Order: sequence, then C-alpha cells, then structure tokens
Amino acid sequence: MPDWKKAAYVAAQAADARVNVELEAEGMTLNIGPQHPATHGTLRIVCRLDGEQVVWADPVPGYMHRGYEKLCEVRNYPQINTLVNRIDWLGSFCNEVPFILAAEQLMEVEAPERAQWIRTIFFELGRQANLILFLGDVGTQLGAITPVFLAFRDREHVLNMIEAATGGRFHPNFDRIGGLKDDLPKGWLDETVSAMKRVEDFCDEVEDLMIGGTIFQQRTRGVGVIPAEVGLEYGLTGANIRASGIDWDLRRDSESPLAWKSADFKVVTHPDGDSFARCWVRLQEVRESARIVRQLCEGLPAGPIMAKVPKIIKVPAGEAYVETENPLGVMGYYLVSQGGLGPFRLKIRTPSFNNIAIAPWVLRGVYVPDVITILASLYFILGDIDR
Amino acid sequence: MGLVEKGLLPKPLTKLLNTARSYSLWVYQWGLACCAIEMGAAFGSPRYDVMRLGVIPFPASARQADFVCVSGTATDKMAPPIRRLYEQMPDPKYVISMGSCANSGGPYWDSYSVLKGVDQIIPVDVYVPGCPPRPEALLEGIVLLQMKIRGEDMAERWRGEPLVVGGGLEHGGVPEEKQVAVLKARKKNPAPA
Repeated sequence: MPDWKKAAYVAAQAADARVNVELEAEGMTLNIGPQHPATHGTLRIVCRLDGEQVVWADPVPGYMHRGYEKLCEVRNYPQINTLVNRIDWLGSFCNEVPFILAAEQLMEVEAPERAQWIRTIFFELGRQANLILFLGDVGTQLGAITPVFLAFRDREHVLNMIEAATGGRFHPNFDRIGGLKDDLPKGWLDETVSAMKRVEDFCDEVEDLMIGGTIFQQRTRGVGVIPAEVGLEYGLTGANIRASGIDWDLRRDSESPLAWKSADFKVVTHPDGDSFARCWVRLQEVRESARIVRQLCEGLPAGPIMAKVPKIIKVPAGEAYVETENPLGVMGYYLVSQGGLGPFRLKIRTPSFNNIAIAPWVLRGVYVPDVITILASLYFILGDIDR
Repeated sequence: MGLVEKGLLPKPLTKLLNTARSYSLWVYQWGLACCAIEMGAAFGSPRYDVMRLGVIPFPASARQADFVCVSGTATDKMAPPIRRLYEQMPDPKYVISMGSCANSGGPYWDSYSVLKGVDQIIPVDVYVPGCPPRPEALLEGIVLLQMKIRGEDMAERWRGEPLVVGGGLEHGGVPEEKQVAVLKARKKNPAPA
C-alpha cells in the first residue's frame, strides 16, 4: 500500500472514530412541533434520540388551551352548547350530545323519540366526518398524498348533509335541551342514504389504495404495539383500545337514550394492537357508521322533535355525569348545577387527553419515522386534548 | 432591488412585477384550530382547488413563503412561535387572519389564555370573518390580497387599512369598487417617503 493511501486510510479511521465518539457521547434532542403537520395542529413532542432511536419522548400539550371549563362557568346553557362544538372540531355534534343529555338528566326532561333518532343520525354523521379525515390524514403522514384529496372530496358529501339540515358545515349547534332546533328538511333522508353510498365507496377506495397495500402494511404492522392491559391502565378508549382486542363500545354497552339500540351494527375489534390495527378498526367503524345511518333513516319514527321545556332554562341543583362513545373515544361531562342559568362547574373528560398520555410509553425505543406513524395512528385532536 | 424598495422603479415595470407576484403566492399554512380544517378543504380539496388562483399551498418552511394564513385560535402560549415564524419569512410578506378567533378572540373573547386577535403580535392584511369561515370565504380573502398586491406601491407596503371580506359598510367593511378606487388613488398620490 502506498504511503498516501495508508495516510488516507488512517485519517478515515480517525474521522470515523471521532464521529462515533461524538454520536455516542451525547444524544440529540429532536423537537417536533408545535407547528408540524404530523401533530394535527399544535402538539409539541420533545424526543431524546440515541442515533436513530427514541430514548424518551415527552408530549407538551397546552398550545391550544382555551380555558373551556372556566368559560363554561360564566356562560348559560345555550351558550355552552355553542362553545362545546369546538372541542373536537371534526365531529362537532358528538360533543353537544353528552352535555345536553347531562342537563336533561338533571332537569328530568326526556326528548321525544324522533329527536333521539335524529340525534343519533347526526352523531354518526359527525363520526364519519371525523374518521374520513383521519383515513386521509394517516396516508399523508406515511407519504401517500392522494388519500387526503379523496378524503376531502368525500367528506364534503357528509358535510353537505349536515349543512342542509343544520346550517353549519361542521359546527351545527343543533341540539337543544329537550329536543332539537328544527325538524329535518324535505327529501333529506333520501339524500343522506345516497351520501352513505358515497362514504362506503370511499372506504373501498381507501382500502384498495392504501390500507390493503403492501407499503402501508410494512410501515404500520408491528409498529407501536399497545397490549390491552397497558392500554387499559393508561385509560385508552375508543378505537385505540378496540384495536388492542378489548370489545367495549358505549354505543352498545351503555343505557343511552339515543337510538343505537334500534340499529344493527357490529363492534369492530382487532387482536394486534399495532398501528395497522388502529387504522383498520377506524376504517371498519366508518362502514358500520354508514350502516347505522342507513338503518335509522329508513325507520325514522314520526312525532314531535321538542319536549316541553321552559323558555329560560334553569337546571335544578344536582350533579350528573354522562358519557358517550365519540369518534375518538369516551367523552363525558360532569355537570354540577346549583340551580342557576349556567353550571356551577363543568368537568370535561375528553378522549384525546388520555390517548396521548400513552405516547411516552409507546414511543420509547422506536425509530424516528415510526414516531410519526404512531402519532398518526393514535389519532388525537388538539382541541380535544387541551380544551 | 434597491430601486424597488425606494419606489424608483418605472411604473410599467412595477405593475408587471406586482402582477407576477400576485399570481405566484406561496402560502404557509398556520393551522391552529377548527379553521385549519376549512383551510385544508380550501387548499387541499379538489372541490375548491386554490391552485387555480396561483396560490401554492405547500412550502417546506416559512422561509419560502410569501404569505401566512393564520387560521384558528392563537393562545398566549402559541404567540411566541407565531411571531418567530413570521419574522423568519422573507419580505415582502403578507398575513391573512382567518376566523373569528384569529381576528378578535372569537367565542373565547373573555378567556384567560387566548390572544384577542393575532393582529396584536403580527400585522394583518386581510381579515376573513366567520366561525369557521367557509372555504369560499378564504378564497375571496386570497383574491382580495392579490388585488392589494397588484395595486400596491412597493415603497409603502405596510401603509393603509386592512381589507375585510364580505363586510358591508355598516360592519366597517369596504365594498369592492371602493377598494379598487382607494387603491388607485393611493397609487396616484403616494405618500412622501
């Protein structure tokens, strides 16, 4: 070996050693967010890296904290109804329902049967609007840009139906204590049934293009596995825990006055608990939701949509806790009233806050690209975390 | 480009430059809350298709953007990052404030943790009202911004009152004809440098 080659070899070895020492001596802190497409808004995650692996990850919530619980103490009930629409902004109607049910429980008012059925229809439309966007968004974060265009295209069909009946594209503010604001417009039910066909077509398309595809499965299978026990300990709810094999859905398992009992649907579970299972369960949930809406539209009973309630709403003193199965998981309102125009205290239990609480556990030891996969499949909404 | 900043460019050239700038806007999407979804629908969906207006919604960072669309609730904790990324944008830069929260605090006007309008920290060019505004409203806001860019005198870029989309005179808004007239008048009689 000539001298110059020997010298170059030694220099290269020395440089490698130096790089290795530098890499090993100190890790790197990677800051994701607060403005990053993968964080669905404004979540900030601070990752400590060792090479390509995450040593620990620390979510920093609070960038979207708007002080809901304090605001609700100075608003009256119709105003709060407007406000809580904006907690989980993708499926807004689902936020109204448990709050209204809690107030109705204290006032001992029961909405008529038709109102409950229409509530259920809008609840499921909200779920579809939410999860369709999830299915598009998860594709974007794994590098497929097409699904999000499909999602925005087909989500419009659901939003059109919500807008036709309520006037709001995704903040309907349609629920009232004792019933609903208005009855459905003429021809709405038929239109909705045909919109459900579009939603099911979208599900097929996404399954063909993305979820059934090899690339997607290689990126998501076995990534971010959450065993059922761990998930339960962290308080995971909704599709996240159903993807770990826990067969639990408040639509079926609780004594809700809404009309889910009258519809025939399946609670979808998956035994794996990885990122793929979470995406797959949500895809199936959109299909089941479309089935529910179709059945309810076909069997909608006639009758009034509003019970007798006083014009100025005062809720008698007492406490009530009502929870429902929202698109992201279990959402509950703990309402404490002292007989005034507004609640004395309103505690809001939102699903995303608990779902993101597991992030430090599940992100430990994964590779950096998988961080995005896991966050996308855990599916949180920042307004839902921070309130 | 010293001539541009001093306002010494010949008028036809200014016009050409302004027209070119107004049809190649890179927008940085600062999506914060509900409005981010409507912004996504306007920018990312085939139904609204913002690219036909010459707006490209996917810059890699704020440093490549011409204007930023602040959509949603800006909280006190979020304010420093907003200011910081705004400062990273190259001049000339514009801001669209989308939604009631970004305009004035919106439904959280009495909250302890919400900024009462993003114009408290960065200068806003176009306000789009609504909670949330429809995607069409955002598109109209972009068209107004393009109008403003086409009619603007580069030397006094930051002068003048903001434009309000769709607002009648009674709400403090300016009708379209008057906006054009105002912009023309401003162009004829530029303020002394």
